[in-house]
Amino acid sequence: MLDAPRIYLKGQHVIAGDPLFSAELCLPAGRWTCLLGPSGIGKSTILRLILGLETGGDFNGSIQASDDAGLDGRVSFMAQSDLLLPWLSVLDNIVIGAQLRGDTPDYERAKSLLERVGLSGHQNKKPPTLSGGMRQRTALARTLMEDRPVVLLDEPFSALDAGTRADMQELAAEVLHGRTVLLVTHEPAEAARLSHQILVMTAKGIDIWPSPKAEIPRDITAEETLSCQGALLEHLREMTL
Amino acid sequence: MRRRDILFALLLGLGIWQALVWITGAPHFILPSPWRVAQAAYKSRVIILDNAWITALEVLLGLLLGSLLGVATAVQLTLFKTAERLMLPILVFTQAVPVFALAPLLTLWFGYGIGSKVVMAVLIIYFPVTSAFHDGLSQTSQGYRDLGASMGATRFQFLRYVQIPNALPSLGTGLRLAAVYAPIGAVIGEWVGASKGLGYLMLLANGRAKTDLMFAALIVLACLTVLLHIAIRKLALRLTKYAEGR
Repeated sequence: MLDAPRIYLKGQHVIAGDPLFSAELCLPAGRWTCLLGPSGIGKSTILRLILGLETGGDFNGSIQASDDAGLDGRVSFMAQSDLLLPWLSVLDNIVIGAQLRGDTPDYERAKSLLERVGLSGHQNKKPPTLSGGMRQRTALARTLMEDRPVVLLDEPFSALDAGTRADMQELAAEVLHGRTVLLVTHEPAEAARLSHQILVMTAKGIDIWPSPKAEIPRDITAEETLSCQGALLEHLREMTL
Repeated sequence: MRRRDILFALLLGLGIWQALVWITGAPHFILPSPWRVAQAAYKSRVIILDNAWITALEVLLGLLLGSLLGVATAVQLTLFKTAERLMLPILVFTQAVPVFALAPLLTLWFGYGIGSKVVMAVLIIYFPVTSAFHDGLSQTSQGYRDLGASMGATRFQFLRYVQIPNALPSLGTGLRLAAVYAPIGAVIGEWVGASKGLGYLMLLANGRAKTDLMFAALIVLACLTVLLHIAIRKLALRLTKYAEGR
């Protein structure tokens, strides 16, 4: 389908002369990486750097894809806020990328994606009439519609209730299979379920944390998942002390 | 507001008016009674309606042209940052010139017909509409901007699909202000020099001590303005509802 590249980032980020972080990380091709760490450490900044968005600082370093092609136009993202346009229907929200580029939207594909995220029959509804979970499903369909090999997720499930969140994690793992994914999260349970690679970010740098071996999305009740989640939580607590 | 409340307020207003007439004992050419004004209104209904139509036309044309001009300016300021830097100070400075002071000049330039009044109304509402809509266009959330940037949005398409719909409630606010100002602009224009319109009729009636006719014209003007407010308020509400996806 698409050749998802490995992504390598190394460098230092400086905001108004003060170093925010110095980091080195590698996102394996076609795999899920979760990035955890205290608030304000710069997790979202890393995500914005890979996306090529404004960060309010200067990054001295490099961001490279394994195929040596630029990342421009190959990365899409999904945030905690669904960023749906309330005046557009669900279907029109999904094709917004094509509209914004001035291309002709492929409504047929959008409809099949809606079906895939379990929203068929809701295509003409406006976002304010949907539940939080349905809105994030729509945002996920919009992300899929962009069909980019690299997907960056900034706590997209954190505002959902526990059951809906677990459903969304499974759906995302399924539909984003084969893409290079970076998930920024505060939730050890989420990292234990979804990561091929777990990264913990501190002011000193980024450390790799051992992740379970099973394929994702992992069973919530599996001992391996639970022990990873517990140990990770313990580690994060020690960091904040 | 409920209908019963409005009716009650109306009766109360008429009551106070009549009471004032009785208490002060003012002659009818100083303060005519409501009944006298109603009689004058009925007697001069043709002339009042003729002139009301002219004023309404001036106000509506002014509102339409001024809003279109304001919307176009706001869009252009948003699309071109250089224009924004150069034009915003000029726009703000022109607001320091009282538009009423321009009325004689406008009459000189655009004549005694409705042209000068329409221009007056346009000038007076242009800034509130431009400023409100431009504010709305500038207040697109960072999230939407990030989404647009990550999707490779062109500036024009982003404006069309995100910024403009998002700014419609602000436009509604600007239009509501415009609906307040536009009749003022038209009437002032008529006072300075006109041969038609409610403002002209009021001056004429005043000059001939026909105070009852003046009151009648004033009430018709107020009714027109209220109708305009109601219509624009409904429009503004629709814009907001649309933008909120309701």
